Amino acid sequence: MIRSRSRYLLYIPLVLAALFFLLPMYVMLVTGFKSFAEVNLQTMWDLPQAGIKLDNFKEAYRNLAPSLGNSFLMVIPAAVISSILGSINGYILAKWKFKGADVIFPLILFGMFIPYQSILIPLVSFMRQIGLYGSIPGLVLTHVIYGIPITTLTFRNYYATIPKELLEAARIDGAGIIRIFTKVLLPISLPSFVVVLIWQFTSAWNDFLFAVALTKPEAWPVTVALNNMAGSQIIAWNVQMAGSFLAALPTLVVYIFLGNYFLRGMMAGSLKG
Amino acid sequence: MSKRILTVVSILMVISFAISACAPAAPAAEAPATEAGKVQVFSWWTGGGEAAGLEAMIKVFNAKYPNIEFVNEAVAGGAGTNARAVLATRLQAGDPPDSWQGHAGQELIGTYVAAGQIQPLNDLYEANGWLAVMPETLIPLISKDGNIYSVPVNIHRANVMWYNPAVLAANNVAVPTTMEEWFTALETLKAAGVETPLALGEQWTAMHLFETVLLGTMGPEKYNGLWDGTTAWDGPEVTESIANYAKLLTYTNSDATSLTWQDASQLVINGDAAFNVMGDWAEGYFKELGKTPETDFGWAPVPGSVGSFQFLSDSFTLATDAPNPDGVKAWLTVCGSKEGQDAFNPVKGSIPARSDGDKSLYDVYLQSAMADWASNTVVGSLTHGVVANDSWKNEINTALGLYLGTLDGATLQAALTTACAAQGPCK
Amino acid sequence: MRKRVDKERLLGVVMISPSILAVAIFIYYFILWSARVSVSKWTGLMPDYTYVKLQNFIGLFHDPRFSIDIRNTLLFTLLFVSGSLIVGLILAILLDQDLKGESFFRSLFIFPMAISYIVTGVAWRWLMNPAAGGRISGLNLLFDKLGLDFLINSWYTTRVWGIAFIAIPAIWQMSGYVMALYLGGLRSIPQEIREAARVDGATEVEIYRHIILPMIRPITLSALIILGHMSLKVFDLIYSIAGKQVALDVPAIYMWQVTFDGLFYGRGAAIGILLLISVAVLIIPYMRYSLKTEESL
Repeated sequence: MIRSRSRYLLYIPLVLAALFFLLPMYVMLVTGFKSFAEVNLQTMWDLPQAGIKLDNFKEAYRNLAPSLGNSFLMVIPAAVISSILGSINGYILAKWKFKGADVIFPLILFGMFIPYQSILIPLVSFMRQIGLYGSIPGLVLTHVIYGIPITTLTFRNYYATIPKELLEAARIDGAGIIRIFTKVLLPISLPSFVVVLIWQFTSAWNDFLFAVALTKPEAWPVTVALNNMAGSQIIAWNVQMAGSFLAALPTLVVYIFLGNYFLRGMMAGSLKG
Repeated sequence: MSKRILTVVSILMVISFAISACAPAAPAAEAPATEAGKVQVFSWWTGGGEAAGLEAMIKVFNAKYPNIEFVNEAVAGGAGTNARAVLATRLQAGDPPDSWQGHAGQELIGTYVAAGQIQPLNDLYEANGWLAVMPETLIPLISKDGNIYSVPVNIHRANVMWYNPAVLAANNVAVPTTMEEWFTALETLKAAGVETPLALGEQWTAMHLFETVLLGTMGPEKYNGLWDGTTAWDGPEVTESIANYAKLLTYTNSDATSLTWQDASQLVINGDAAFNVMGDWAEGYFKELGKTPETDFGWAPVPGSVGSFQFLSDSFTLATDAPNPDGVKAWLTVCGSKEGQDAFNPVKGSIPARSDGDKSLYDVYLQSAMADWASNTVVGSLTHGVVANDSWKNEINTALGLYLGTLDGATLQAALTTACAAQGPCK
Repeated sequence: MRKRVDKERLLGVVMISPSILAVAIFIYYFILWSARVSVSKWTGLMPDYTYVKLQNFIGLFHDPRFSIDIRNTLLFTLLFVSGSLIVGLILAILLDQDLKGESFFRSLFIFPMAISYIVTGVAWRWLMNPAAGGRISGLNLLFDKLGLDFLINSWYTTRVWGIAFIAIPAIWQMSGYVMALYLGGLRSIPQEIREAARVDGATEVEIYRHIILPMIRPITLSALIILGHMSLKVFDLIYSIAGKQVALDVPAIYMWQVTFDGLFYGRGAAIGILLLISVAVLIIPYMRYSLKTEESL
């Protein structure tokens, strides 16, 4: 630890870094408050001249409202289900190793690394075959499945650190595989759940590729609707930026309020890969 | 900790309830596509004048066919970037929209017809008497083996050079009509300190410029020959075109790759640039910016291509297994009708595909385009899917992209020759 | 007792089998499908599974565009990974000094992870606007106003090296994540070790160099893998900032364009398989290593 007064100098790089991290948000917000006539690349740093008006945000909200609803309907089950599956898988793979478990685990993990663009066509065909193409449940299923690798990894790493003795004590009391999970492990899994839920919430919320390929207009999540707001001709950047901000708001809220738990979980090694 | 989580969860819940309360009730599940009285129409018209034009046409449709529900499945992506990928994926998965947007020409014939994805519409043409009102030049481009496969709604012109009259006047430069005059004009402007004599944007706009230079250098006959194999890609005409293109590039802005086509054409409007080559959708953009034709911006055919109309056309199709073909035909009837086209085109900023459009509805630029369309030699656009199919076009695009990095004309010509042999009619 | 364990182990397999089935279909079956297409002739909308051996792969190695892709990916990976590691480590060390406001800065540095490039792409495009002279804007304009003219540059439109600048927004997004990993590592080092070194007369810099950094080396490896595979797959970032242009091409964009714009399905699948192989080359040794070290604990 660097002592003495010079430690206040440490704030200089920190504040500079903070400014760098805020730059894109500044551009987005300040443009979101401008009128269309005021939007100009040469004056992008200037504050809005006419004061703060919410018109753009209202208009963007009108455009995005149905799809924001879809996003919530899609993201919440996607995050919850894949977290639950991940915790079950992690538990089995860490504490009930069966023959071949050491092969299965890397095979599941590898799924995290595939480039999704390359499997788009079989994915859409498959979804159509099982009758889930175009709908929110189909998108939920996709996010759940492609979330399994990361959620399994997180929980497995976490459960691997739980001492054997704790489980053995429960066994002596007569608890079986399911009881041990629900009574011993689940109650102490909250930090991992927070990390995984946030991670899944964010990646499903921000996904564009699966959403645009798998859903039809009535099921579009917000990323697709946002992309559609910009036509190919004139683009109202002020409304677009306001819409971008609205689309990012839910994940921002999650990070602002839960960011520290997420960090703590991550720092404890939950998401180290 | 759990208190915090509770707060967040409740905030999210409140937000989502608020949203679902405001949102129009979404159908709980996707209704099966076989349900009668429903037409899913796929396009990439989601914003600005295009979306407004589409809305206008939908309005006509709804008035005429109140029992058929129009499902607008537009996905954004200028020139169809995302949209085309979504469409291709859906076609492969066997879930095509009932009707979708496709550029008349090879994009339609070489892609969708070749794959057996769309149905002939001859009976619809006969029933509506469209053969009498659709231009003769257009029908072969949407036909194969005597079958007509789509209904064109509009015509755009690709070989338009936009200019800033004030900038030209200030430097005593007349509007050039030949390549030579153009180079002289650009040189004069450059010498006079005009920052960007010719405005250029991202890569596809460079391809757009290239196709107009091909036309402007070799004329319509030779240009058409490029696409049917009678003009050699390794011949002197192409060499000269590449040389002209290289020369033009020396007058363009250095930040081209960072500009969209809108940004590039706006340079002309703002007086930062003298010329810009872009399709006539740019005029729609200028008008949305509140600019007046002839005073704030002028137009002329790209030098060397006077008397030629390099066109592209958006058309709509009927899917092979469309569950509701009668509904689609109703939609296509609106697309091909005078009423539908005159509702769509003035708003979108294009001219009607039919030759009997009501001229009084169109502005001064569009009227001039209508006159040229009727009198000029018509040739097709490369960038916009008329003359080459998607695969060939993609190879040309890659060759051109590589060229923009190296400026090696010989390699470009060799690559273009290879592309024609591999994907085009050259053997 | 033994019987009970066997029965329960079986139950465990049953509990995990839905996930295994899902992964088998959604990952491995789809990969196999891609592999099949990659050795097929398929061009155009309709499938054509005619076997053409490795033609698509051989074509790629003669393809000048693919050479650009490889070069761009290597350059981008190098800058993005090293940049994120360095920035992340510096931020972590700064925040490890027990300063006031630590949690504020921590949250601030991690928040870019929450936002997709669909949202921030345009802002970055504006920030990295290369226009000069009268049209100057973005960061260049800011530099100009602040008298930092030497920083003005043409960003991602720089000839040949443009891809290097794309690493900036990528570092912006991921360095907070690296910071969190490092911070976790730093916090897990007992204070006694540092104190002991201080008693021995080591300076702070020496403590970091000789004691702390070697101890957090395993974290560097994890971060390297996560960042490395992201950079091999980079797509949205480049696409949303610079669109599709050959100068800034990378395999994922080439794959997208060649498949969906050019309808060369065979070639597109071949690029996908090559991407997958390169990710595997990176990941598999790491997975073996980390599983092994874990067992020895």
